[in-house]
Amino acid sequence: MTTTSPVEKAGGATATYVDERVGSNKFLSRNLGKVFPDHWSFMLGEIALYSFIVVMLTGVFLTLWFKPSMAEVVYDGSYVPLKGILMSEAYDSALNISFDVRGGLLLRQMHHWSALIFIAAMAVHMFRVFFTGAFRKPREFNWLIGVGLTTFGLLAGFSGYSLPDDLLSGTGLQIARGIVQAVPVVGTWAAFLLFDGEFPGTEFISRLYGVHILLIPGLILALVTIHLMLVWTQKHTQFPGPGRTNDNVVGYPLLPVYMAKAGGFFFIVFGIIALVAGLVTINPIWIFGPYMPDQVSAGSQPDWYIGFLDGALRVMPNWETILFGWTISWNVFIPALVIPGIIFTVLGLYPFIEAWVTGDKREHNLLDRPRNAPTRTAFGMMAITFYMLLWVGGANDIIAVAFDLSINSIIWFLRVALIVVPPIVFVITRRTCLGLQRKDREKLLHGYESGRVLRLPHGEFIEVHQPLNEKELAVITAKHDYVPLPAPDKADADGVRNKHYRVQMLRHRLSEFFYGVNVPKPTAAEIEAGQHHAEEQAAIEAPLHEYEDSDVIFNAHGGVLHHPGMAKTNAEQVEGVDQRH
Amino acid sequence: MTDMSPHQGSSAGHENAPARLGYSPVADIAHKPRATDTDPKAARRAERQVATMFLLSMLFVVLFVVAYIGIDKTTVVYIPVLGEVGASNVALGFTMGMAILLIGTGAIQWAKKLMPDVEVVQQRHDMASPKRAALEAEANYERGKEESGFARFRIIRRTLIGAMVLFPIPLVVMLRDLWTPTEFTEGKSPAELLSTTMWTPGMRIISDGTYQGAHSEVDSGGEMAGDVEAAEDSIAFRPIRPEDLPVGGLIAAIPQELPEVEHEEGNLNARGKAAIILVRMEPQDIRSQQGDGWDYQGILAYSKICTHVGCPIALYEQRTHHLLCPCHQSTFDLADSGNVVFGPAARRMPQLPIGVDEEGYLVAMSDFAEPIGPSFWERG
Repeated sequence: MTTTSPVEKAGGATATYVDERVGSNKFLSRNLGKVFPDHWSFMLGEIALYSFIVVMLTGVFLTLWFKPSMAEVVYDGSYVPLKGILMSEAYDSALNISFDVRGGLLLRQMHHWSALIFIAAMAVHMFRVFFTGAFRKPREFNWLIGVGLTTFGLLAGFSGYSLPDDLLSGTGLQIARGIVQAVPVVGTWAAFLLFDGEFPGTEFISRLYGVHILLIPGLILALVTIHLMLVWTQKHTQFPGPGRTNDNVVGYPLLPVYMAKAGGFFFIVFGIIALVAGLVTINPIWIFGPYMPDQVSAGSQPDWYIGFLDGALRVMPNWETILFGWTISWNVFIPALVIPGIIFTVLGLYPFIEAWVTGDKREHNLLDRPRNAPTRTAFGMMAITFYMLLWVGGANDIIAVAFDLSINSIIWFLRVALIVVPPIVFVITRRTCLGLQRKDREKLLHGYESGRVLRLPHGEFIEVHQPLNEKELAVITAKHDYVPLPAPDKADADGVRNKHYRVQMLRHRLSEFFYGVNVPKPTAAEIEAGQHHAEEQAAIEAPLHEYEDSDVIFNAHGGVLHHPGMAKTNAEQVEGVDQRH
Repeated sequence: MTDMSPHQGSSAGHENAPARLGYSPVADIAHKPRATDTDPKAARRAERQVATMFLLSMLFVVLFVVAYIGIDKTTVVYIPVLGEVGASNVALGFTMGMAILLIGTGAIQWAKKLMPDVEVVQQRHDMASPKRAALEAEANYERGKEESGFARFRIIRRTLIGAMVLFPIPLVVMLRDLWTPTEFTEGKSPAELLSTTMWTPGMRIISDGTYQGAHSEVDSGGEMAGDVEAAEDSIAFRPIRPEDLPVGGLIAAIPQELPEVEHEEGNLNARGKAAIILVRMEPQDIRSQQGDGWDYQGILAYSKICTHVGCPIALYEQRTHHLLCPCHQSTFDLADSGNVVFGPAARRMPQLPIGVDEEGYLVAMSDFAEPIGPSFWERG
C-alpha cells in the first residue's frame, strides 16, 4: 500500500492505533470489498433508514425548545391571532418553535415530513420484500424485525402527533382514550392509569413525551441495528440475472461504488426532506388552536398511517353488547384493536405459514418474480386492497365533500367492499400472474415475436422470432417449479393408522392451493416433442436463415433461441440483410 | 453487432485488483463502456460537474447563514404556487436542502460516471454453522449443565424459576399510582367518575365564550349549518334566556360554575364531561325526548361529547335536526331523543333536562341521567 499524503499517513496511523485495541482491520479486510447487488427497489429500505436518521436528528433539536407540560400559560409570542389565549405549555412552546425560533418551523416540518416518509418507505419496502419472497429462509427473523419496526413506527408517529397539544392532536388522543376504554374488563382502569384520571388530565403529555423521545426511538434504533447486521451477515438478496445464482452475490463493492451511492443517497433523502419542509407546510398547529376537550374542527384527519384505523372505526357497524351489566363495545374494540391485531399477527407469521404450507426448507438468496409465486402475490394484493379500502374509509368525509357523495352511501359501499373486493382482487391477481407465466413460457419456446414480417423468396410471409437476450433468458429460466406436497396416506402399508392424517391433509390441501396453479417451465421432454415441428419450421424458414450465421439454436417451435450473430434491432438486421445481398 | 464482453471499457486497474480481493467480474454480464470510460473529455466534464455540485453546496451553506441572520422571522412573502409563506422558513429550507442535496447528487454522479461500473461476484456461505461448531456448543452446554448441577438440584431449579417469575411484580405494582386520586376525585371509582358531571339541579347554563378572538375553522360542510361558534361572539360566558336562542339555532354551552374551576382542579376534565349544546326547534317537531318535559319551549340540551369515542360534536343540520360527529360521522337525531341514525356510535346522545330559574335563565334540572361520552366496561 502506498500512502503518500500526510492525511493518508495520519489515517493509516489511526487505523493501526484503533486496530491494536479493537482488532478492526480483521473486519475491514473482510468487508471493505463486500459486494452489494444493485436494484432500484433495494433503495426503499435505504429511504426508510435515512429518513429515520433525519427524524432522530431533527427530534433532538426539537427537544431543546419543546416543553412537554400541560400547565396552563397565556400565549405571548409573535403569532398575533393567539395572543392572550390560555393554553398548555406544550402548545405554547410548539408555537414558540414555529414562530420565534429561527429555523424552528423548518425543524418541526422536517421532523414531521421525515416521519411520514419513514413510515411510508417502511411500508413500500415491506411490499417489495413480500412480493419478491425475500422473507424466506434464512431471512424470517429480519421480516419479524421489520414488522416490529413498522409497528413502533406507527406508535412513534402517533405519539409525536399528539405532543404539541393542538386541537387536532388532542382530538387524536381523545379517540385513543375512547379506544382504550373500549377494551373489555381492564379498559376503564387502563385509561385512568394512562391519563392519571379523567381525560385530558394534566399529566399525559409529559408521560407521552418520555415514550416518544426515549422508549420508542430506543426500540426502533435497537431493531434497526439488528436488522442491518442481519442484512450484512446474510448478504443482500438479488434478482435473477446472468451470472446470478443462489450461491453468489453480483453487484458493486462497498468501497468505493456502494459507499458513494448509498452515502450520496442519504444526502439526497436528507436534502429532499429539507426542501419539502421548507416549501410545503405540514401540520400548521397555529391554525387549529389549543386543545379543548369540547372543541373540534370539521374534516379532522389523522396522519396517513393512522388512516386505516380511523377508517375501520368509521366503517364498523354500531354493535354494542351489554352482558350481565358489563358493556362490550364491539363497535370500537373490533376495528381499533382486533383488526390491527390480526393484520400485524398475520403479517408477522406469514413467512412461517408459507414455509409450513409449502414444505420449503431451502435457503433463498435469489428473489422470486412476483408472477412466479401467484398465490403469494394474490394474497399480498388482497391484503393491500383491504388496507386501502379501510384507508378510503378514513377519508370518507373528504371524499363525500370532494365528489358530492353521501357519506352514508360511501360507508355502505365500504362495508360491502371490504368483504367482497379483496377476494376478487385475489382471483384477478392470480390469473394475471398465470397469464404472465404463460407469456414467459411462450417466450422461452418461441422467442420474441419481433413484429418484423419477411417475405420469403417463394412468396410466403413469416414473422421473424427474435431470440431472448441473455439477461431475459437468465431471468425467465430462474423460475423454479414447485410441486405441492403429496396427499398423506390414511394408514401405512402395515395398516397402522396415520395419527397425523388430518393435519397432513390440511397441509396437503393448502399446499395444493398454494402451488397448484402454475405454468411449468418447458421441460426437456416438451422440447423433444416439439422437435419434428421445429424441423418442419426450419425447412420452411431455410431461405431466411441463409442470410444469417450458421450456428443457430432452434427451439421446439422453430423460434430462434440464440445465435451469436443475430442483430439486436430490426434496423440493424434489415441493414445486415441488405449488405449481404 | 454488439460486443458482449464484460471487460471492455473497464479500467485495467480495476480488473487486476478484484482478483486479489476474492471476487471477479461476472463473465457473462453484458457491459457497455460509458462515454467517461472511452472519452477523456467526457471524463473531465463529469469531474467538473461533480466538483461544481460540491462547490454549489458550500455556496448554499453561506446563503443559509445569510438568510438566518438577514431575514426577519415574521416576514411573510407571496410566492406563486406556495401562496403566503414565512420568508425565513422558505429561505432556510431551500438553502439547507440544496446544500445537502448537492452533496448527494455529486456523490452519485461521481459513482455513476467515474467509478468502475463493472459488476463483480462474491460467493455466499451457508448461514448454518459448521457441524463441528454445533457439537462444540452442545458439549459446552452439557458441561455447564453438569457443573452447575442445574439438572440435579431440583429444588434450586424450581425456586429459581419461581423467583424469576415473581421478581417483576414490584415493577408492575408500582404502576398503580399512575393514577392518584385528588381531593376532588377521592373515593370515587373510575366508573363513578365517568358517570357523573358537574351539572346539578338549578345550575345555570352559560354560553361558552372561551374562544373569543382566536379560533379554529369550523367547516359548515355543505348543507351542514349551525356553526357552533358563530352565535357566541356577542354572548361570551353569559347566562342564557330562552329568547336568546332562535328556532333553528344552536349554541355551545357550559355550566355556570365551570370557569371558576382551576386548571389544576381538572377544569378541562370537567369541561370534557359537562359541555353541552342547546338547540331550539318548533315544539311540534320534537318527536321524542329522553324524559318527559326535558325541553324548555322547544329548547333541548344534549351532551356535546360523542358516545362513540368521545369527539366533540359540532355539525348540526337544521332541516333534519341531525347532529353529525366530524371524526367518524356518527349521526344523531336530536328531534328523536338523540338516537343514532347512522354511523359507528352505539348509544344515543345523553340529554340534559332543562328549565328556567326565577330570573328566567336556563338551568339544568339535574345531572345527565346516563354517562356521557364513550362506552366503558362497567357502564352497563
